Amino acid sequence: MFSAPPFWQNGPAPGSFYDFPNMQPQVQPNDFRQHTQSPVTTSTSLVAVTYDKGIIIAGDLLASYGSLARYRNCPRIVKVNNNIILGSSGDYADFQYVQNFIEQKVISDECLDDGITLKPKSLYCWLTRILYNRRSKMDPLWNNFIVAGIQDGEPFLGTVDKQGTAYSDKIICTGYGAHIATPMLRDALDNKPQLTQAEARAQVERCMEVLYYRDARSFPKYQLGIIDADQGVSIEGPLQVAQNWSVAHSIKGY
Amino acid sequence: MSLVVKPNFPDYQTAPVQRGFNPYADNGGSVVAIAGDDFVIIGADTRLSAGFSIYTREQNKLFPLSSTTVLGCSGCWCDTLTLTRILKSRMQMYQQEHNKTMSTTACAQMLSTMLYYKRFFPYYISNVLVGLDNDGKGVVYSYDPIGHCEKRTHRAGGSAGALLQPLLDNQIGKKNMLNVKEEPVSQQRALSIIKDVFISAAERDIYTGDSILINIITKDGIKEETFQLRKD
Amino acid sequence: MSSILCPEIPSPGFSFENCRRNAMLEVKGHAMPKAQKTGTTIVGIIYKDGVILGADTRATEDTTVADKNCEKIHYLAPNMYCCGAGTAADTEMTTQMVASQLELHRLYTNRVVRVATANQMLKQYLFRYQGYIGAALVLGGVDSTGPNLYCIYPHGSTDKLPYTTMGSGSLAAMAVFESRWKPDLEEAEGIKLVRDAIAAGIFNDLGSGSNVDVCVIKKGSVDYKRTYDEANIKGQKQNSYKYPRGVTDVLSTKVVDIEEVSVRVIGAPEDMEIA
Repeated sequence: MFSAPPFWQNGPAPGSFYDFPNMQPQVQPNDFRQHTQSPVTTSTSLVAVTYDKGIIIAGDLLASYGSLARYRNCPRIVKVNNNIILGSSGDYADFQYVQNFIEQKVISDECLDDGITLKPKSLYCWLTRILYNRRSKMDPLWNNFIVAGIQDGEPFLGTVDKQGTAYSDKIICTGYGAHIATPMLRDALDNKPQLTQAEARAQVERCMEVLYYRDARSFPKYQLGIIDADQGVSIEGPLQVAQNWSVAHSIKGY
Repeated sequence: MSLVVKPNFPDYQTAPVQRGFNPYADNGGSVVAIAGDDFVIIGADTRLSAGFSIYTREQNKLFPLSSTTVLGCSGCWCDTLTLTRILKSRMQMYQQEHNKTMSTTACAQMLSTMLYYKRFFPYYISNVLVGLDNDGKGVVYSYDPIGHCEKRTHRAGGSAGALLQPLLDNQIGKKNMLNVKEEPVSQQRALSIIKDVFISAAERDIYTGDSILINIITKDGIKEETFQLRKD
Repeated sequence: MSSILCPEIPSPGFSFENCRRNAMLEVKGHAMPKAQKTGTTIVGIIYKDGVILGADTRATEDTTVADKNCEKIHYLAPNMYCCGAGTAADTEMTTQMVASQLELHRLYTNRVVRVATANQMLKQYLFRYQGYIGAALVLGGVDSTGPNLYCIYPHGSTDKLPYTTMGSGSLAAMAVFESRWKPDLEEAEGIKLVRDAIAAGIFNDLGSGSNVDVCVIKKGSVDYKRTYDEANIKGQKQNSYKYPRGVTDVLSTKVVDIEEVSVRVIGAPEDMEIA
């Protein structure tokens, strides 16, 4: 009834490498197509908040392989053009696939040389269609994208998930951030509906700290993307989470 | 019988593990519509949620298709986005092909056809289409996810639909009451009933809350109104 | 075969055969009756002079709210209270049973019962049932060793922590503690912190809602603030839904003459004697 758990979560099954005697493969290869993969190399939460003249978005640099902290320098907040930042959480390979597509789109746009560039809402809409199309084929891109940009002088922040569910709001967090960071940011915005850039940055840094304490797949090195109506796009990092573990020493006697 | 016993090493199991991917999500939300003689009112809450968390507190779930027709959607939000986007372009194609705006009744029929077209991979949406018919009378069409269409005077759909429909049947349809006059509902009463039923729904349905967006459709056009609900 | 002379000795330990039966029944389509779950936010912190517990007051049954103002901070002993999340009946019955055992223990030893004792009783009880008693608890109290706060999981594992949260809103509440808790908080600060943590659960977690209950336990005193904060005000109805007279259908009528009956009271019931 009880058997040992497999070696690795999400990893390649070791049985395919080793040829044990008398061990037939349990499943004969079939010609059916199994689409629905699960995410393999994954990245965790993203935190994004709108301030009076722009948007700040943060995400750590870790790409996990199941519970293994596999790759520790994987940027996933990228500049698309001069008024869009794209962030992704979820499967890292799927993100790179989409990123390549978008880069090609931006290059084709530039080649036309008509002065028209991709707008944040257009990219957001395009992503909903890409992701919805893949979910309809039961072959989803296992990501949660966040699009941050400036359109018509106003900050725009939107998100799309692997099913194509999309919405825009002043605060968007993905992964564990949705449960941990969103309440903190909503509280901050309830107290002061229009943050300044410095205040928004302080809030996001606080969120990254708490997420590092409580999300087991998080990492203390992160990137910060800022898109501002006046200053344009900047991506900072790698930054370090301010950690304080002094409480840990007081916990004893359980 | 084989003499070699097949070893059982659970660590080396090679059978594929089917990781479930569910193409649908239940994003909650409720829609209530009441039709009168020369108007129709539709209201939808603005909470978009999944599981136990709130995605956003201000999501418009009412989609004006023309100056006399509005569609209210709740259920799977990604399907809603797709369906309404297709509907919008179909409306535009009709306009450009026939040089007139599609009537509410035609919209209702088109929606039914579009839903049934995806009979075996349905749009998982509870649709309520409201508008003024060719005589200027208010109508409400309600749908199931695969295209069954029913014309009625009042309808509650979505996550609190089962909670609210009997109340509307009683208050608007005058069901289960004796000695009551069958008189058409006034616009002011319909509006206040919609607000009141949403207050009740927010009390008992965890997916309904935050605020409601109301569209009042008369021959003069569509009027928007918002109303705050509890946020827990 | 067993007989009266030679009874069959039951196998030692606990039997979980019904669990397998239930799983089988479920597979065959006989669903288990649904229990009322309190998708909950419950929290506890240690502050300068003691412990503060907090809870929301919503009980849910799937996606409907079953109770809008339920009580989730349970009494255990005069110096100890316990917040419960999970299956409502389990938290209620578990705390009641432990409360009675603690009272007997207090009478037997004639001392203030320690929080560690209650923790041990709860975890041993829960462990025996291997998680089938779905009670997730936050236990807090003050005894001769000072303030104590425990977090008890349904499977029987426990944590002794300076601040803790449980239930579906635990992440939202923990975010508040992780960014604002510090040692030796003042009472007013502590209550504010607990309120904010519960409010974070109420507003961000759909399983939690309604009001905030707070319980402050100090050495020698307990201040149970039921409905400390009404986080949500119910909307004001615009219409009256009073039915006019004659609307209800009369199916049959029967008139019974009531005879006059004299009433005689036979002594007032006496209170049970308790030590």
